[in-house]
Formats: sequence, structure tokens, C-alpha cells
Amino acid sequence: MPDATPVLELRGITKRFPGVLANDAVDFDLRRGEIHALLGENGAGKSTLMNILYGLYRADSGEILLNGKQVSFSSAKDAIGAGIGMVHQHFMLIPVMTVAENVVLGTEPVRGAVFLDERGAEARVRELSHRFGLAVDPDARVEKITVGQQQRVEILKALYRRADILILDEPTAVLTPQEATDLFGILRTLTQEGISVIFISHKLNEVLEIADRITVLRRGKVVETVPSAGATQESLARAMVGREVLLRVEKGPPSPGEPLLAVEDLHAVDDRGLRALHGVTFEVRAGEIVGIAGIDGNGQTELIEVLVGLRRATSGRVVVEGEDVTGAGPRELIDAGVGHIPEDRHRRGLVLDFSLAENLSLHDYRKPPESRFGWLWPRRILARARNLIREFDIRGGVPQTRAAALSGGNQQKVVIAREIAANPRTLVAAQPTRGLDVGAIEYVHRRLVEGRDAGKAVLLVSLELDEIRSLSDRILVMYEGGLVGAYGPEAGEEELGLAMTGGRPAEEVSA
Amino acid sequence: MTEPGPIPPETEPTPPESEEAAPSVAARLAFLQRAGGITTPIATAILAFLIAGLVVLATGHDPLQTYKAIFNGSGLNWFFPWVSGVERQTAAFNLQETGLLVIPLILTGLAVAFAFRCGLFNIGGQGQYIVGIVTGTQVAVWFHSLPGPVHIFLAVTAATLAGAFWAGIAGLLRATVGAHEVISTIMLNWIAIWVGSYLIGFGGPFQDSSQVGVPVSRPIPGNTHLPVFWGSPLLQGLDIGFFIALGMLVLYSLVLRRTTLGFEVRAVGFNPDAAQNSGIGVARNYFLAMAISGGFAGLAGALDILGWQFRLDVTTIQISSQLAFTGIAVALLGRNTALGTFFAAVLFAALINGTSTRNLDPTVFPPELAGNLTRIIQGLVVLFVGADVLVLYVWNLRRKLRLRRVAPPAAAVPSE
Repeated sequence: MPDATPVLELRGITKRFPGVLANDAVDFDLRRGEIHALLGENGAGKSTLMNILYGLYRADSGEILLNGKQVSFSSAKDAIGAGIGMVHQHFMLIPVMTVAENVVLGTEPVRGAVFLDERGAEARVRELSHRFGLAVDPDARVEKITVGQQQRVEILKALYRRADILILDEPTAVLTPQEATDLFGILRTLTQEGISVIFISHKLNEVLEIADRITVLRRGKVVETVPSAGATQESLARAMVGREVLLRVEKGPPSPGEPLLAVEDLHAVDDRGLRALHGVTFEVRAGEIVGIAGIDGNGQTELIEVLVGLRRATSGRVVVEGEDVTGAGPRELIDAGVGHIPEDRHRRGLVLDFSLAENLSLHDYRKPPESRFGWLWPRRILARARNLIREFDIRGGVPQTRAAALSGGNQQKVVIAREIAANPRTLVAAQPTRGLDVGAIEYVHRRLVEGRDAGKAVLLVSLELDEIRSLSDRILVMYEGGLVGAYGPEAGEEELGLAMTGGRPAEEVSA
Repeated sequence: MTEPGPIPPETEPTPPESEEAAPSVAARLAFLQRAGGITTPIATAILAFLIAGLVVLATGHDPLQTYKAIFNGSGLNWFFPWVSGVERQTAAFNLQETGLLVIPLILTGLAVAFAFRCGLFNIGGQGQYIVGIVTGTQVAVWFHSLPGPVHIFLAVTAATLAGAFWAGIAGLLRATVGAHEVISTIMLNWIAIWVGSYLIGFGGPFQDSSQVGVPVSRPIPGNTHLPVFWGSPLLQGLDIGFFIALGMLVLYSLVLRRTTLGFEVRAVGFNPDAAQNSGIGVARNYFLAMAISGGFAGLAGALDILGWQFRLDVTTIQISSQLAFTGIAVALLGRNTALGTFFAAVLFAALINGTSTRNLDPTVFPPELAGNLTRIIQGLVVLFVGADVLVLYVWNLRRKLRLRRVAPPAAAVPSE
């Protein structure tokens, strides 16, 4: 049970970046043995606050009290020395080294002044993982273990350095539902051992599940700090966004028509020439959303790439509106009426250094009225962009603004505007809400449902099971390059999660 | 930024997300261009001149006097209305010479800049220039019976196409098998140098048969000489090639900004993945961008031979063609813009001509050292442009320090 004495207190933290007040007099406290969630949209100031605590930034004003004493960290090293550990969203591990080596890296136990005490290191890691219930094999190489286990290694790293305050930055973003459940179990064990946890997230349900108290940040300010007991998803969402948010996707029953996209016995290999898709067969009808669920790296990326013409299938057929388009390139597929919201908007969706107008015309620049005989008409491109910006409610820029200057949500709106304006009958949406905040997610979901109701065939590929479940009319589960199950929209999280891991419960490694 | 007033929740100016993909060379360059605007290239040039000034000082000469002498040697003092008499005549003559250098520097600069806009680094300007000058010479030597303008047009076009072909090889290799253009263009440079040397060298098929002892081509016929619009046609006056080069600057800008081809080239240069996703042929644009770049360099060769050299010798192929490398510095300093390329070309042309043995006043600074001064400045410019990040860093640091002085940091506030 958490007791009431704060081990950590942040008082009046203010941090200003050019043009942005990232933290505005933020107060935050952490009690011993408590899980305190820090909730907020992207850009709300969560990361800035934690980076100040971790010694990566210096606050413009305010103070940090650790066990009642004022401290000032000028680097992460100071913070680690004071017992603060941080698990970043992107792991900082060396793939070719073993778990034990990664854990002791930087503070290796030595024998005879120069030799690494491998056995000692292993023993310490084994002892720690046993004590805190972090099942992981110290001898295994990091590249061979699952993402969930890699995260445990990160936690072990912090514990090895005697952290009693643990900061977890969006820890469930990379995990399967089962792995997330395991993580929550681990966190509860840690708190019983007196470790205090700061849990950064923008997911409402998991915050309610795991946290003792929740602090909501909005635009750099603390909106409220509440015990999770009395809070609801709706109340938290309202606090986060500052207005009522529709959490459930509102949609009527589907009225599927003729099949628009059909995939028959598709095989493909990945960039390394390894089998990525084998025998994938499905169809998407007009007026329905088909969701493909699966853990990252099970062939979803390759499937999308084949469907939009970026990757060649080794065998099988892709049929769009009755026409065989197997082997067609991106331009032919765009012309055949396939829209594509790419899974990585920075890499594939946008040219960040292009203006909004140029990005909105990225497909159509070569057609009248944007151009004639190879000659561009910038005025028409700008006029079209102005209309789309209004129609799709893209904020934060004019047609001449560079795409990179927009927030993630608005960048995604640019992609969606471009794809939907082309009026495709089939829409492939790959992780369309990745990295977006609640308000923007609501917008994207609404657009997809509108597309469906307008008679488009929508294929939704997402790693977020909640998203798949709330949007899809049919759910297909992908595992190791094949489809392993078809479900109705009412399928439970457990059931789907099991199928996503190949029908077996999440693997455990006995330590 | 473009968002005054109360900010609606979704327009919150989030800093660009950290998982942004590693930017391409062109994307980084574009970032620097915006971040530094016009200030950094000017600061870069000034800094280069200051440091070179220290070098002059170290040799025991007066930097200010030296720079003044170089300035006068370049003929730029012709623009001062108070310069008159013989001095003015000399200035005019010098300026015409500088102008003749501006032509190939603009064009070889564009040869680097256009490729850069497509994310490619064309350092084969020398080879493309040589292929252009050899082709231009030979086409001018052949076909005696053609009327002048047609003959000139034919020679210029052939040289441009030859340069395009030469760079196109590198473009094709990059587009098909992924061979890096930096390597292949360097190798193509050497092939061009030695094939060119063979063709007009002793016993070569294009050598002037009436002078078997000299490795030169036959002289081009008089009707293929480009008309001179300023100065004497006999004493290397400035020919209309100058306007052709200026025209190419306009063309460059128009192609990039106003054509679908330029749109594709820029899209590929900034983000090939997104371009491909939109159905833009990345390989096709790599090839086209290289070929167009090579065309600029090939044209430079034609204008040199038709404008004032009139016959090609082996020294031009082996030594003078190295001028094309200065095109890299021109494009870098000019930030791949048409206007920037023009000013950078003028700057380097003035430097080269102003420090030449003929033009520099030997009582101020020994001209035999002065050529090295040009190279020092050129090297420093390339170095500083490459180290732009550093300049920007220092610039931002200065601003940060000033901010800190205004608002003392948190640590300075005493706790209760």
C-alpha cells in the first residue's frame, strides 16, 4: 500500500521553449510505493516534465525535492545516482549483447581491476529478476528475446542501478495485450517492494487499470490530480482535451455491397528475402471496414506494400473492382481507385519539406487542372489546397506552410485529405492514428466510418486492438504471414490476443 | 509561425516528433537553407575572406591592400563611376575576362545544384565539361558548309547532349544497380580526361594534322565563333555565351518551380519513399536529374570553345577543366538557388581572375602566391558550408546565453 509521504515532489516547474510554454508551474508529487500516471495528449508537456526530472533539461523555474531535500540534476547521470530510473519508449539496448551484459553496461562488476566479472553480473541479474518477478534469461541475446522481455531488461537496468523511482514512458505502446497484463503484474510487485512508479501514457483504460493516482496535463498545465478510484474514461478524456470527446465510435450497421478488393493466395517475401506472406486470401466489400489485427512484424507491412504497389508478390492475385492489378505500381493502383494512408506518415505519407499545397497535390500534380503539358499551375494548386484545408479542418498552416511545421494530428489530416479527395473506392488505412492524440483519433475514425457509409471498401491495419475492435465490421487476425482467424466485431480482447500470438498463451521464459 | 491569437487544442505547436526518419542529404540542406536564410552564405563568405586575410598577414603583406588589388584585378572597379581614363579601359578588359569565367562557373554550378535538388551529388562536372568541349569542338570543326547560326546551334546542342549522356551513365547506374553517383562520376571524370587527351593528343584522330608537334585540335571555323557584345572579338571580349548562361539560370528556376518534372525531382530529393508512394518514378528521376545536370556542364564546354578558346588543347582537358570543381563551391555557397548561384559564380570568377598573374598588381602581393589564396578561400567556403551546423549552433548559443542573462536559471533562486 502506498503511504502518504512523498518521495518526490516537483514544485512550480516552468519550462519555456522558443514559442512554446512546455511546462507552466507544474506541481507533481509521488508517494512511496505508488503508481502515479501522467496523462496528456502529445505535446501536453509530459515528456518535457520527465526530462527535467531526469536531468536532461533544466527548468526555467521551480524546484525538485527528493525525500524532502532540494536537488538539482544537470545530467541523467545525476538523476540515476539519486535513484531515478527511466525506461524510454524506444529501448536503449545493444541487440548483439546478452541480457546480463546490457543490464550491467556502464557499471560492470570487475574482477582483477580490468576483467568483466561475467558470472557475477549474471548472478546479480538473476537475483534481481527473481526478486521482482521479472522473468528473463540473463544469458539470452537481446535480439533473440521478445519486445516485452526487452522492456523487462530496461526495468532491470534501472533496478540494477538501485533506482527506487521508475519512470515508464508509454510502456505499453509496443506490447501485446498479454504482455501489457504481465507488465502490470510486474509493476504491482515492484510497488510492494517499495518502488515508486511514474507511468506516462495517453491511453485512458490502462491508466485507470494500473494507476493509484492520475495527473492530467493539458498544454503544459496540470488540469487535475485525482485518485483513479473515482475517475472514468469520459472524465479523464474531458480533462485531457478540454471538451467532451466521443470515445466510442458511433456507427450504424454495415451494408456491404459487391467486393471491391480481393486478395487470392498471396505470397511475398520481405526485404531480406524471407517469407513474409504465405497464402493470404480475403476480400473487402463496398461499405464495410475489415480490420487486420496482429502484433507488429507478422506480415502486415508487406501486405500493405503489395496492396499499394510498393512490393511485388511472389505469387497470388490482387483484384480491384474485378480487375487484376497484380504487379501494378503505385501510380496504376492510385488510378485504379486505391487510396492509401501509410503507416509511417513521415516516411511515406508526406514530403515534410514540401508545402501543404504540394503535399496535397502529390498524386494529382500531373493532371489538369494542376498541370497541363508538364507545366504546373501554382494558383490552381494553391486554390485546391485552400479548399481541402477548409474541408478537412487542417489547422496550423496555410497552403504555403511546410508540412513539417504542423502537429502530428494535422499532418495526418493532410494525408487523409489527399487520399479521400482522390475519391478512391478502396481505402487502405495502415495504423491511421499512430502517435495521434484523442481529438485527432476521433477525427480519423469518423472519416473512416464516413468513407464506409459512402460505400467505400476500407481495409484497416492496426496494432491497436481497441481501434480494430471499435471500427471493424469484420476482424481478421494475422500471424507469421498468414491469416489465422476471422471474427465478428464482438470478438473479445482475450480471444483476439490469443490468436495474435498464434493460438498459444504469451510465451514465458523460465529464468 | 503562422498562428497568432488563442490556439485551438489541435494546433498546439508540437515540436516535430522525435521518431522522424533520418533526413536525406537534400532534406538536411533544405533545413539549413531555411534555418540560415541569406545570412549564413554571406557570413560564410565573409568568414572565409577574414581567415584568408590572416594568411596574407602571415606572409607579411597588407590584407586590405591585397583585397583591393584583387578587386581591381577582377575589373569590378569598372562599376565605380569615378574610375576613368586608362584605368577604366583596363578595368573593362579585366571585367570581360571575369565575365568569361562567370559563364562556365554558373553552368558547372547548376550541374551540381540540379542534381542536389534530387538528392544526388554530382561531382563529375569536370568529365561532363570535357565530353562537352570535345564534342562541341569537333562538331564545329566538321560541317563547314553550314550557315553560322545553324552550325553554332548544332555544336552547342551536341555538346549539351554529350554532357547529359556522360552524367546519364552515372544516373542510370544509380537508378538501376544503386551504384553511388559520387564514385561513378569520379571514375567517369578520369575516363573523359584520358579519352579526350587521346583524341586531340599526338597522333589522335582529332589532332590538327597541320601541326603534328602540338597536341591541339583543329581551329574551329570563324562562322562558329560566338558574337562578342562587349570588348574586342580579338582580345577575348565578352561573348553572348554570358546571356545563354543567364538564360540557363532562369530555365533552372522555372523547371524546378513550374514544371511537373521539377516537382518530381524535388519530391524525390526530399523524400524518395513518399515520392514512390505517390507513383513518382524514383529511378527515372535519378536518371533525368543527372542527365540534365550533365547537360549544363556540357554546355559550359561548348560556350568556352565557341566563345573564346576557338581550339582545344590538351592542357584545357587535363588542367583547366578542373575549374568545374569550383562549380561545387558555387552551388554550395549559392544554396542551389538560381540567384545564389549567379552571385557565387561572380564571386569565384572575380577571385580567380583577380589573383591571376596578369591582373594582380605585383607590388602589393606576389601573384604567384595569389592563386593559392583563391584556393584557400574556396576551400574555406566548402568547409564552412559543410560546417553550417556549427555556425548555426554558435548563433543559437549566443541567443541562448543572452536569454539566460535576462532570466536567471532556476538553480539561482534560493530555496526557503
